[in-house]
Amino acid sequence: MLDGVASLTIAAAVDPVPWARAQMAFTLACHIILVPLGVSWAFMTLVANYRALRHDDRDALVLAQRWSKYMAVTFAVGAVTGTVLSFEFGLLWPNFMGTWGEAFGVPFAFEGLFFFTEAIFVAIYIFGWRRLKPWTHFWTGVPIVIAGIFGAVSVVAANAWMNAPAGFTLNSNGEVVKVDPLGVIFNDAMPLQSAHMLVAAYLVGGFLVSSVYAAGMLRGRTDRYHRTGFLIAFTVAAVMTPVQMGVGDALARWVYNNQPVKFAAIELVPTTSSDVPETLLGKLNDDGTVTGGIAIPGLASWLSDPGTGKSTVVQGLDTVPANERPSTRQVNTVHLSWDIMVGLGTALFLLSVWYGLSWAIKRRMPQSKWFLRAAACSGVLAVITMEAGWVVAEVGRQPWIVYRYMKVEDAATENSGVWITFIVVAVLYVALGITTIAVLRAMSKRFRRAGGFVDHDTPYGPPEQVTAGTGGQTEEKAP
Amino acid sequence: MSTTIAVVLLLALAAYAVFGGADFGAGFWDLTAGGPEQGAAPRAVIDRSIGAVWEANHVWLIFIFVVTWSAFSPAYAAIMLTMYVPLTLAALGIVLRGSSFAFRKSVATLRYRRIFGGGFALSSVLVPFCMGAIAGGIASGQVPAGGKAGDPVDSWLNLASIVTGVFAVVVAAYLASVYLVRDARSAGDTAMVEYFRRRAVVTAVVAAVVAGVDLIVLNSKASYVFDGLMSRGLALVILSVLCGFGALVLLVRNAARGARVLAILAVASIIGSWGAAQWPYLLPESLKVSEAAAPDGTLTALLVAVGVALVLVVPGFVLLYLLHERQLLPEEGAEDVSDRSPAAR
Repeated sequence: MLDGVASLTIAAAVDPVPWARAQMAFTLACHIILVPLGVSWAFMTLVANYRALRHDDRDALVLAQRWSKYMAVTFAVGAVTGTVLSFEFGLLWPNFMGTWGEAFGVPFAFEGLFFFTEAIFVAIYIFGWRRLKPWTHFWTGVPIVIAGIFGAVSVVAANAWMNAPAGFTLNSNGEVVKVDPLGVIFNDAMPLQSAHMLVAAYLVGGFLVSSVYAAGMLRGRTDRYHRTGFLIAFTVAAVMTPVQMGVGDALARWVYNNQPVKFAAIELVPTTSSDVPETLLGKLNDDGTVTGGIAIPGLASWLSDPGTGKSTVVQGLDTVPANERPSTRQVNTVHLSWDIMVGLGTALFLLSVWYGLSWAIKRRMPQSKWFLRAAACSGVLAVITMEAGWVVAEVGRQPWIVYRYMKVEDAATENSGVWITFIVVAVLYVALGITTIAVLRAMSKRFRRAGGFVDHDTPYGPPEQVTAGTGGQTEEKAP
Repeated sequence: MSTTIAVVLLLALAAYAVFGGADFGAGFWDLTAGGPEQGAAPRAVIDRSIGAVWEANHVWLIFIFVVTWSAFSPAYAAIMLTMYVPLTLAALGIVLRGSSFAFRKSVATLRYRRIFGGGFALSSVLVPFCMGAIAGGIASGQVPAGGKAGDPVDSWLNLASIVTGVFAVVVAAYLASVYLVRDARSAGDTAMVEYFRRRAVVTAVVAAVVAGVDLIVLNSKASYVFDGLMSRGLALVILSVLCGFGALVLLVRNAARGARVLAILAVASIIGSWGAAQWPYLLPESLKVSEAAAPDGTLTALLVAVGVALVLVVPGFVLLYLLHERQLLPEEGAEDVSDRSPAAR
């Protein structure tokens, strides 16, 4: 009994802010893996579907059918994890929503609209395979793609608004008294940030799906079905990779101009100066010195503005008081994440170049085992790249939740029990993740056993006389 | 303009109760359907009935959140601050429910289907209970306005909340059973028509009893809302009672189509009467709709979004329901697509 009381007292003394942060970060990190699939898989499925109908391609048809079934699962998980986020905005950040919901909420009204459209047509497309006419069915998939794009753009617009708050007027008490919805949605950070995420969605989705087929081909499944699956998905990713380099570069320069402190954290710049080196790895110390890593002289200055080159002045972290910039640890997190994003992004770009050159020269995909090995890893690497990029965006904004208007600690809930919900959510999400992968694997096994297309019978039984777990040969591994 | 948005919010709540509620109710019948063999037939009806539509249904909730936090952010913050326990439980229930339903359809073995099915069914009861408890807590003035949290436990585990939570579960089960009668009939399954019809009649009676108890409790615990129900909301209360009674008569006489329409009206008017009873408050006697309302710019943007939804989303939603209704989105019992592909011809 006394122990119980003691632990309750401890619970009451737990600072909710880091736990709220951790829970938001964790749930977003999980949800963001499903986003690319939600946004881009429908497009790839339609490519397969189009090919099937146009060229009478049976493999592409089966591919499109199976992809739509996998999509149903990932879309469902994405929908529920997305709903959890809409709870969490209020549960974890009530003061943020109370003060800024009137402005911040606007893009979500449109996001909800697009998500609604997406959910409706995903249902029609997934369930429409049997009775709808082939081309009618194909067209019911198109709204999914369009709604996916606009939905992603709207939700990123809300995040961009946190980086570049606009479209509102405050009164002397700091309350929002006037809102200009277009100003909120089309804030300064929105065009580039949305483009960066949208391209990332296609890129990650493409690499993720193609890596499954690359792994299958490495295990000897080099039939036409697997090749088609690989080619469609990998081509989408390969086309997007160079686009992303351009968009990412433009966005970095936007950050240089508009969020100088974030840029200083990215480039590890403690004090304002020109001729700033590009530091690969390395770390910032509490005394403001940078140690370790490889410094390329002048490159960070040069990249920030090639016009002025090495003489470009980069604002340092010391230009703002310590409580208005990320802590040393956060700076190091941002910098390392940046290195990971750029490093892996470049590696994926080189992989795409390899693929592109092979097509240009030999009119076929690279035949090397090493190419397939690299492609099989590309899915996971692309996810890591995206997560790292997202860490740069979010941690780089610290300590602000609304840049220069509200700090994270002032936005957080005062509910000291957040650590409990964090643990429950973490356990539930880990189980959800494992189950999702297991279910996708089980589906692929079952599809393979049945050859063509399998449908589901009544839930619970009467039991199908197939035991999962036998066979054990899986080449279509879920990412 | 804030009144218009409040009406939109109420309509969305009614839509969630009618569409999403039936969805949760189907989970309740899934839970009570018995063992694998015994429950196979009702579960087949349930599965067919919600298979294609559950994700779309559940967007109503997101819409309600978005409208509340954009248009009435002080109320949203206050509800979130006080009601975080039932809201967290509801969120967890939604994760469990949605994912288990999707997984259940995707796994082949009986054992896993039962595990996921259990998760789906249990959370289908948990979520409406939490939602009802929150509504009861709001109605009985447990949510203080102005950035301070109410009691995290008492605010939703008081008498008014518990009875309203139970009422929500019963109403969901009632709606679902009425829908399922129709779905079983259109599938030509007379045994299941009878099965769900019996359940619909019983839950209709139970719902009426719980509604009566809820009124008595509200009279003592939420007098503002009770008075509102007896004045501003009275017309809707009477409409709800009449529709509910009419649906019951039709169910007894086995006229499923009309029963469904009346059941929907009955439930929608319950939500409507609640809104009217609370008027002009969002949080009874502490926060008025007009006080909580966002600046005009936000409200205009929301109305534009609603307008676009009417033009774009509603036709899609109707299409989905029509296709679903006319069994054009079957999962089984139709020829395989391979028979239809040009290659196979």
